[in-house]
Amino acid sequence: MLDFPRWKRIWLWGLTLVGVFLALPSLTMLAGERWPSQLPDPEINLGLDLAGGSHILLEADTAQVRSLRIEAMEEEVRRALRDADPAIAIGDISTANGRLSFMVEDESQVDAAREVLLPMTEGVGLTGQRDWTISVVDGQRFIFEPTEVGLNQAVENAMDTATDVVRRRIDELGTREPTIIRQGDERIVVQVPGLDDPQALKALLGQTAKLEFKLVDQTALPTDIAQGIVPPGSQILPFAPDASQQGAIAVRRLGGIQGDQLTNAQQGYDQNGTPVVNITFNQEGGRKFAALTTANVGKPFAIILDGEVLSAPNINEPILGGSAQISGGFSVDSANALAISLRSGALPIDLQVVEERTVGPDLGADSIRKGVLALIIGGAAVLAFMFASYGRFGLYANAAILLNVLIILGIMAALGTTLTLPGIAGFVLTIGTAVDANVLINERIREERRRGRRVVQAVEVGYREAQRAIIDANVTNVIAGVLLFLFGSGPIRGFAIVLIIGIVTSVFTAVTMTRMWVAGYLRKHRPSDLNI
Amino acid sequence: MRLLKLVPDDTNIKFLRWRLPFYIVSLILMAASWGAVLTNGLNLGVDFVGGQMIRATFVESTEAPVADLRDDIAGLGYGAPIIQRFGQPNEVSIRMRLPEGQDAAQVKDLADRMTNAIVGEMEAKHPGVRIDGVDSVSGKVSSELFETGMLALLAAMVAIAIYIWVRFEWQFGVGALFALVHDVSLTLGLFALTQMEFDLNIVAAILAIIGYSLNDTIVVYDRVRENLKKYRKMPMEELLDLSVNETLPRTIMTSLTTLMVLVALMFVGPATTFGFAAAIAFGIFVGTYSSIYMAAPILIWLKVTSDSFVPRESATDKQEKIARGEV
Repeated sequence: MLDFPRWKRIWLWGLTLVGVFLALPSLTMLAGERWPSQLPDPEINLGLDLAGGSHILLEADTAQVRSLRIEAMEEEVRRALRDADPAIAIGDISTANGRLSFMVEDESQVDAAREVLLPMTEGVGLTGQRDWTISVVDGQRFIFEPTEVGLNQAVENAMDTATDVVRRRIDELGTREPTIIRQGDERIVVQVPGLDDPQALKALLGQTAKLEFKLVDQTALPTDIAQGIVPPGSQILPFAPDASQQGAIAVRRLGGIQGDQLTNAQQGYDQNGTPVVNITFNQEGGRKFAALTTANVGKPFAIILDGEVLSAPNINEPILGGSAQISGGFSVDSANALAISLRSGALPIDLQVVEERTVGPDLGADSIRKGVLALIIGGAAVLAFMFASYGRFGLYANAAILLNVLIILGIMAALGTTLTLPGIAGFVLTIGTAVDANVLINERIREERRRGRRVVQAVEVGYREAQRAIIDANVTNVIAGVLLFLFGSGPIRGFAIVLIIGIVTSVFTAVTMTRMWVAGYLRKHRPSDLNI
Repeated sequence: MRLLKLVPDDTNIKFLRWRLPFYIVSLILMAASWGAVLTNGLNLGVDFVGGQMIRATFVESTEAPVADLRDDIAGLGYGAPIIQRFGQPNEVSIRMRLPEGQDAAQVKDLADRMTNAIVGEMEAKHPGVRIDGVDSVSGKVSSELFETGMLALLAAMVAIAIYIWVRFEWQFGVGALFALVHDVSLTLGLFALTQMEFDLNIVAAILAIIGYSLNDTIVVYDRVRENLKKYRKMPMEELLDLSVNETLPRTIMTSLTTLMVLVALMFVGPATTFGFAAAIAFGIFVGTYSSIYMAAPILIWLKVTSDSFVPRESATDKQEKIARGEV
């Protein structure tokens, strides 16, 4: 038990030094100093409850993916059948009940239609499963229904894109080290440290930013629109609350273009000094836009954002340059937000804030200062108490506790884990168990001395007998820690991570390191009695 | 240097003599705790019931004007707030129910407006107020947080009991689990009685209590296991007393050192950790007590004997011995 060959000592000290070195940047940070930037700096991440900032949990409306897919399929079907040779006429189209159904008007064309439509139902994946099931009822009616596999894949893709879009938007804000993580099937966690005003962030994330240009249906009577009577092939959309017009307007459902083919979007001003958003199309988008405006000179078209009409200007002349100006009663801020959203792309799915936590930076800084102070005061009392109780052996225990704290910090910094308020509680518990290990050992040595064992033997028995309880206690705590990490959320995880790391390191420092020191002392001084 | 000794050598307190009355008292306390939880209910934070919580510090005054605040906010027409001091007397948390709305987006929108209105009102009426944070949790998320929190607690407790069963004997597993249930019950009772806010951080605190209490129980059990092998003829009650007494110096030392850190955290640490540190400090008393009076006596009732730890002769060994005529 007390035999420590040189290679073993070098190993132990080496490991310890690595841990301590990794902790140095975090220590300087907690003390409020700056770590020299030319040195590598794996600083520990402080949770938002300590550092201040915003935590926002976004949830996607996955049901929406289904309806969007069905709408997209409707357009594809229409186009494919129109372009078929000969063209196939369809009618009585419905997208209700989570499926697309329509009639092929000429019964003799049903087989031809099936021929055209079947390839469109194949999945993109390698599994060979179809994204859609297609069936024909009553001889002429086609029914398209999305399969679970296809839907899940679509949701998965939409969430990946949404996460990217969210990341791009937040990067545009220029905040420091945001964290954007997908959580589960339908959620995205956004954490932005040190953000004073989460309103701007939320406004940015809440905007789907789906921009569309559609032709206004001039045949629709305002009285019909007011009553919600929709002309065939059109839809009624409301004006945005800040738009210059109020009420609603009818637009043609098809033949418009999407505003997703942009290369740039910037906030600017029009000739009257009103804030607008200037957009630049990419080549394909520019071509489509030019074609749309050329074919419809003199007619009004609607600029639609997330299902609301921003404005409906007349097309005075064909717009060929590939750029356009969007006005819609913006303020500078809202124009800027829209520009950012357009630059970073539309969200493929609506996101909602389901959880939001903001901690003011003052409180965060205050929490760290007080928390560290409390740990120093409490820790100092423990160290003094240990020394008073066990003398030299207390000093060894104290050195082990200090090393333990440093090594935990170092490992957390190296792993990039986050220290939160519950994490500090984990620290307290870990220090408790580390002290406990040494108390167990020292009390046992005391006991064995009292029973009349010789010094070396008492130390050996003390370590051996105490170790069993220490291992059992720590293994159970690690089991608890791992389960907490697996099942728990947020604060519980913050607690668990410190617990798991701390228990492993505390066995190392409190048992192995102190044993090495005690062995060194016994070998060098060969004491005949122990003051313990 | 004369060293500090908290427990004199050869202390021999007859702990187990009073096991029955203590057990009855403990069972009554547990029942009372659950009674309190069921009648008073826990003061669940927004983590678990959803809602908006605003934390604020009245920087320029020594005490927060809680009564005024309550009237001001109730006057806004969003319903009555739950206002609590936490930490310093000039720090408060204000909790509001989520407003009613048709869908999640609308609720969120209304909640944001409500928060802005409340913050605006506070800043207008009480200059020098500092908003320290806003938490907003939707009903869906809060019920999930509650479920995962409880699941984590249960899973941890069951896994621990299984480990102890494997390492010791099933009676020890039962004893440890019972002690944990005791500690968790009493802590919940404390929260029901004092109506301190119960949030996710407190669940983490309960986990720390479980960890600590378990540590204590295992230390006692380990000594019991050792003594069972050593003193095979000693009556169980005497053996348990001996084990508890032998580990007593360690129990006291460890409880004291851990309490030192916790007391520092309670009175010097940030306001947000007060409830948390108080919970763990309470749990340390309960956990130490339960290791001695819950976990140990149960071993008598479950009839642990020294045979449990002496390598048993397997049936085949026995048959061989019989065959050789050694028995």
